[in-house]
This record gives sequence, C-alpha cells and structure tokens, in this order.
Amino acid sequence: MFDVTIIGCGVIGAVLARKLSQYDLRILILERENDVAMGTTKANSAIVHAGYDPEPGTLMAKLNVQGSEQMEKLCRELDVEYRRCGSMVLAFSAEETATLKTLYDRGIKNGVKELRLLSGEEARTMEPALAETVRGALLAPTAAIVDPWGLCLAAAETAVRNGAELKRGSAVAGVEDLGNHYVVHTASGNYESRYLVNCAGVHGHEISAMVGESEWMPKHSRGEYYLLDKSSGDLVNHVIFQCPSVLGKGVLVAPTVHGNLIVGPNAEPVEDGDDRATTQSGLDQVAAFGRKSVPSVDLRQSIRNFSGVRAVTSEEDFIIRPAKNSPRMLYVCGIKSPGLSAAPAIADYALEKLKEMGLAAEKKTMWSGKRTQIRFRKLSDSEKAELVRKDPRYGRIICRCETITEGEIIAAIHSPIPPCSIDGVKRRTGAGMGRCQGGFCGPRVLKILADELGKDPMEIVQDGSATWLLMEETKGGSGK
Amino acid sequence: MKYDLVVIGGGPAGLSAANAAWEAGCRSICIVERDRELGGILNQCIHNGFGLHYFKEELTGPEYAGRFIEKIHSTGVDICLEAMALEVTPEKHVHIVSPSGGYEVLEAKAVVLTMGCRERTRGAIAIPGTRPAGVFTAGTAQRYLNMEGYLVGRRVVILGSGDIGLIMARRMSLEGAKVLACVEVMPYSGGLTRNIVQCLHDFNIPLYLSHTISDIQGKDRVERVVISEVGPDRRPIPGTEMILDCDTVLLSVGLIPENELSRSAGVQMDPRTNGPVVYENMETSIPGVFACGNVLHVHDLVDFVTAESARAGQAAAALCAGTTPSSSQIMELKNGPVVSYTVPQRIHMAADFQTVDVFFRVRAVCGKSRITVTDEAGTCLASFRRERLAPGEMENIKLPRKLLENAQGSITVSVEEDLA
Repeated sequence: MFDVTIIGCGVIGAVLARKLSQYDLRILILERENDVAMGTTKANSAIVHAGYDPEPGTLMAKLNVQGSEQMEKLCRELDVEYRRCGSMVLAFSAEETATLKTLYDRGIKNGVKELRLLSGEEARTMEPALAETVRGALLAPTAAIVDPWGLCLAAAETAVRNGAELKRGSAVAGVEDLGNHYVVHTASGNYESRYLVNCAGVHGHEISAMVGESEWMPKHSRGEYYLLDKSSGDLVNHVIFQCPSVLGKGVLVAPTVHGNLIVGPNAEPVEDGDDRATTQSGLDQVAAFGRKSVPSVDLRQSIRNFSGVRAVTSEEDFIIRPAKNSPRMLYVCGIKSPGLSAAPAIADYALEKLKEMGLAAEKKTMWSGKRTQIRFRKLSDSEKAELVRKDPRYGRIICRCETITEGEIIAAIHSPIPPCSIDGVKRRTGAGMGRCQGGFCGPRVLKILADELGKDPMEIVQDGSATWLLMEETKGGSGK
Repeated sequence: MKYDLVVIGGGPAGLSAANAAWEAGCRSICIVERDRELGGILNQCIHNGFGLHYFKEELTGPEYAGRFIEKIHSTGVDICLEAMALEVTPEKHVHIVSPSGGYEVLEAKAVVLTMGCRERTRGAIAIPGTRPAGVFTAGTAQRYLNMEGYLVGRRVVILGSGDIGLIMARRMSLEGAKVLACVEVMPYSGGLTRNIVQCLHDFNIPLYLSHTISDIQGKDRVERVVISEVGPDRRPIPGTEMILDCDTVLLSVGLIPENELSRSAGVQMDPRTNGPVVYENMETSIPGVFACGNVLHVHDLVDFVTAESARAGQAAAALCAGTTPSSSQIMELKNGPVVSYTVPQRIHMAADFQTVDVFFRVRAVCGKSRITVTDEAGTCLASFRRERLAPGEMENIKLPRKLLENAQGSITVSVEEDLA
C-alpha cells in the first residue's frame, strides 16, 4: 500500500514527488511514457515568469510569484541550469503602452519586485536588436530562463534516491475508489494507494473521469516554436514578450539556458492533447510575430521546430483541490503557463492540501535534496584535464556540437532514472541538442545505450517506446 | 606539445594537407582526428566513383582514403586519434582532448583547418508535421547502413537531390528497400548528373523537381508524407498534394561547413561559402591558419579536395620554413552575374605561384556559356567556354600569373549564357 501515488511525471509531478520524499511516506510515481518529462515539460518556452500576468487574487498569481522566488535556490540545489536574465514586454501602440501600465499595476499587486516601465529608447539601449517600432516596455528583472526537462529529471531523481518509486510505461487504465484507498490499474500492474495526486497534464481530465468526475473540461492549446542555432543565442539578452492577446502571452524571443534562441509560441486550439505537430501556417505566424519584436531574427539559423500543448481548461485558474466525489484524489490540473514558474510553490501548496485531506506526514530525519551533474563543457581547462586523467571516458567526445563526452552519457545511463532512448540521453546530457541534431552522435549514442543496457541495437528507440529506428540487419549483417 | 604544423581533421583534406607538407620538407606535423580511425566520411562511402580525376581510376571511398592513409603511415607525421579539437586560439594554440592523451594544448606555427561539413537537418528547413522517428539525414542513414550494418527503413522518400541522397537511393534499393521518390524543391537537381542517371534512372526512382515535402505524418514512426509542387517562391502550391505511404524520410538538403573552431579563432568568414575567406594558398585572414576541403566550401568530388588541400599543406610547410615572401599587394576576386562564389577570394600577388586555380559555382543551370574574367578597367583578361554549367557541379578555371599581373584592381568572374 502506497501512501501517495502521483499520476504523471512532468515537472509538476516530479517537483511534488521530491517535496513529498522529505516525509516518511511510501510514494509511487506513475508515468505512461518510457521516460519522465515527456509531455508539456519538454516542449514549452522554458521561462520563469516574474508574475505580472495573472489576475491578482488567483492561485496563478500567488504561486507564480512564490515559485519564481524559490526557483533559483531549487535549481542550485539540483544543479539545474537557470539564469535570471529578466524579461521585457513590448508595446507597439498607444493601446499597448496602456496595457503595460495595467501589467505593471498587476505585478505590483501580485508582489513582483523591481518592475520598471521603459521608453522605446531605453528598451533599445538595453536590447539593441529590438524593432524601431517599439514604443515602450515593461522590464521585469526577476524573470528567468531554466532547463525545464532538466528540472523535472533532477527532481524525479532526487525523489527516487530518497525512496519514491517511479514506474514508467504505466499508463493508468482505471481507478477504483474503495473508500479508504484506491486501486490504480496500469499497463505495468495494479497499485494500491491511500491518496492519489492527478498531475497528468493534458490528460488530467481522463484520470478524473475514472473516478466519475467532470467538474472541468480540457481546452488544449498548442504552441509552435523555432529553436535557433547558438550563433543566434545572444541576439537578445532578456526574454522579449509582446503584449498578451488571444495568442496567450504572445510570441516571445528569448535566449535559452543552453545558449540557443527560442522563438514562439502561437496558440491554436487542438482536440488531442498529444497533437504536437507543427504546421506551415503556425510556423509562419511565429516567424512574423518574432520579426515584429526583433527584425533581425534569422530563421535560417533554425535547428529544430517543435510544439507543445498547454493544459488549458474550462477554468481560468490552476485547479488544485480535492475531487468532489472522490475526496482523497487531489487535482493538480490545468497547470498551463505560468506552471513551470510556479512548480516549487505548487508542490508546497499541494502538500498543504494533502494534509488538509487527512494525510499524516512526518519529516524524515535523513533526506538529501541535492544532486549534481558533471558537465564537461562547463569545466575549466585544468578541471577537464583532471577529470580525463581520472576517467578517460570523459576524454572521448561523442556529441561534437555540444561537446558531450562518453563519460557523461554513461553516467546518465547509470543514473537513478536510466534513459532508454536516444532522446532520453539528450535530455539528460545535451548530446544531440546541437546544430547537427544528432546526425553525427545519434548512431554512437545508440551503440553506447545498447552496450551499457545489454540490449540489441534494434531495441533502442529514438524517444517514445514505439519510435523504432533500425528496421533490420543488412544483407551482410551487423557483424555482431 | 609543440609542432610546426597541426592539421585539424584526418579526412581526405587533412590527409592530403599533411602528406603535402611532409613532402615539402616539414618534419613536425600532427593530425588531430576525432574518430577512431583516419579517413573521415570516406569510410562510410563504400560506393565507387572516387579518384577518377586524381588517380584516373575508379575507387571506393575507403580505397581512396586508404591510399593516403598508407602514405601518411610511411611518414613521421604524429596522429592523435579520438582527439577532439575544442579550441583554436589566434596564437595557434590548439586545445585537444582524447581518452589516451587527456587534455593537451598543442602549440603550432601553422594550423590547417580541415573539419569538413555537416548535413542540414529537418529543423534547418522547417518541414511541418509530427516528429516521429524515421527522419534521417542521408549521411546518418548511410552510417547505420554501411558502418553499423542496419537498414533504417523499407519504404523511403528522399527529400533533396544532393549526391548523398542519390547514392543512398541506390544503396537502400540494393538492400531491398523501396525508394518511392526523390523530391527536389529546385527546378534542377543539386547532385552530379552521373548520380541522377546511375542512382535514380537505373532503379526507376522518380525525381520530382520543383516539389517538396509539405507535411510529415505518423505518431511514433513516419507513416506517410505529403508532397506538393512549389511555386517560384519555393512554397507549396495548395491543391497539388500527393500522399506517399512510407516509413522513412531521408534528407539530402545541403551541407554546412563546420566552422565553429574557425569562428572561435577569429577567422574572417565568407557568407557565400559559409567557410573562411582564403588566399590563393588557402591561407585565411589569420596568418599561418589555412583551410581546405569541405570546411572551406562544399565540394562534389574528393579529387578536388585532395588537390586543394595539397596546396594548403605546401603553403603551411613554406610558412613553417620561413620561405613565404612577405606580401602587401592583394588582389580581390569578385562574383559577376550568375556566379555564387569563388574560392579563393583573394590573391597575394607577391606569392610564389605560376597559376591560380579558381573554383566557383553558378546560381542556375546554364546551357552553352562563356566564363569571363575581367578587371576593374573592364578589360577581359580571359574567357572559357562550357557546354553546360549547373549549381550541383563545381567549376574550375586556371588563371596564369602573367594574366593577373596585367589586371587593373580587382578581378571579376562572370558567366554569360549564349543566346539560343
């Protein structure tokens, strides 16, 4: 019998699992995919918002500002890449200039610190690539950029090291409420748990429906992106937003913690929460909006397009409350933007809710919330020399574009949540994230994975469990 | 460690440069190669057709590389394998790392950059659709097939008619895969004519010119692609869609010289080639730093890489020996109509040369044409006839020293198609 079962291991589930792992509880995390961070967590703008967007008084406003304040410390503890680069919202008209004032006032009410209104000139002095048509900007120095899947992985790993159990490939097929506990039927077996937390992202409503709830409905919204090569990574220093509109927070142009430039997203309703296709019209829209803010953005430097689906629902606010008819299931649903920013505060808030729902939680005496990762490329020359001396595998570069070593890849494969796909290695190490998009290192990573996991290379997938790469051996065979 | 010459890359360009430098008398040379063996991308090019110009015989890629590898092993050139160059400083300090040698800094008098090129990816050309497995660059599929021994798909659509894509159309067909189509966005092929004939026509694979893949579909693995005709703006024309059921898309949509090290060293780049600006001896804007092969400009034939790289190796050896004349007079080469770039872009007039080999490409397919070289005064210094010119086939003209000495100011290379 588990005390708490978290359904869904995106960033919200993972950060909550880490929080709960501080307590003397038996924790289970169920993830339908073959890896964590496979939904919205791996496909979003990777921004820690300052907190001037949400309406004062909402959970979103409170948890965004609190989460943003906690994020830097959390990322430091988990050795996750984070940079407080600040953000600007641009105004291109008198009407939008008025919107900036509204956002400023809202930010003050929400408790956002250091907000400043800038003239177009001041904004261009700070960000020379901004368009001449920019008439003003709202500067939020507390906004930041972060590695969202890195945060999810690090938090999930920490939870696992502190005793939480993670079951991947465990799509939930049914939930039975037996009064004092639940039986959760999954693809990997049945699990009994006293409490359930629904962190299933864009599939949250499907889990709720399993206990007969339909208090809210999904209104999925897809956003498409361009990711540009590192040569464009310093085109802007701040996250550059446009005024919020029907397109959500609007198309942004921002640096990423990995050194790239991200442009997007648009906002388009989709039926299927897993519909992460890109479209010509969507990409064209993103390109046009991106150029409006930063005319010199060069989309020929694109290295990847992707899209993500926001877990928008029929409710305006985040949905963090027990299910009406199934009072030991906690919804942590409808976590759209600023969900990533709010993640640490959502975990605190969800724990309080669970306690209100009757969960008895005693802090453990032994808990280690820290985690570190060797990143060869970030070391000094002498540290690199020392590391290779100790372990020559750190001297073998596998990913040329991002300078990722065999040592880092092998360390990831033997981490608490081992990757089972090429993209799993990418999310953990950065191999394949660069400008050749794994063209050179893909076959090498595949071989290392097969060797280390003792698998046939034909079993290694690109990403999800059915994303096969190799079809058959050639006439001459692989020689194995 | 100190060397006279450090060559970054042990592919055909690096091997030729090192061999030529050794032959020119340089006795302190190191090749830094990131792979486990020398030969570069030739090792996975097991088809024949290499060496027709240079050796006057038809070799496979590994055979072609093998001749130079054998030669290099007969010299005293040091070879660092599995060694990645992380940084080249303007002072010609080369930072490398390898499992056996650890982290080292090689101090050189001259550096030859021969890092080659990489393939453009799906992200670079922004093909819409889902993101399933089964979309490979042609070179990656070639590696899986020829080096690792695996076929990556059974029903294949190839986007782009670059040479690697064409070669892979034939190779996958021979392995039993069905290649449904080769789709090219331009109104002409980007590959060599001989490859169109031998790899597509001979296997009855249709080539759709002025078409592109407008949508990739499939949840986990590619299930089908939508092909559309494109207009003059190269964007899909609605209503022209064709659906092809396939499990694999191979991309052969261009190569990009890998100049991250060159940029970090501060070498001046040419946006037309995506490679360094070089003089007639392959020297870049940093004295003592040379570049040749696909890192300089993308070649069609390795034979020309070998010849170009030998010039770089000889020049580097001369520099190390201190026999390079100091030069102040520089002649610029400019692009006239239809010409998309020239290599070299500059000539040291004081340098010791009898002829300058100028390589260039045209922007469009031309029939019978005249290539002209004119100076700033408008004097036509030389002209050359060609039956046909195409963007997929690199052109080469030789300019004798005498002719250049008579030129006023910079010179311009132009192409003029004969009126029908």
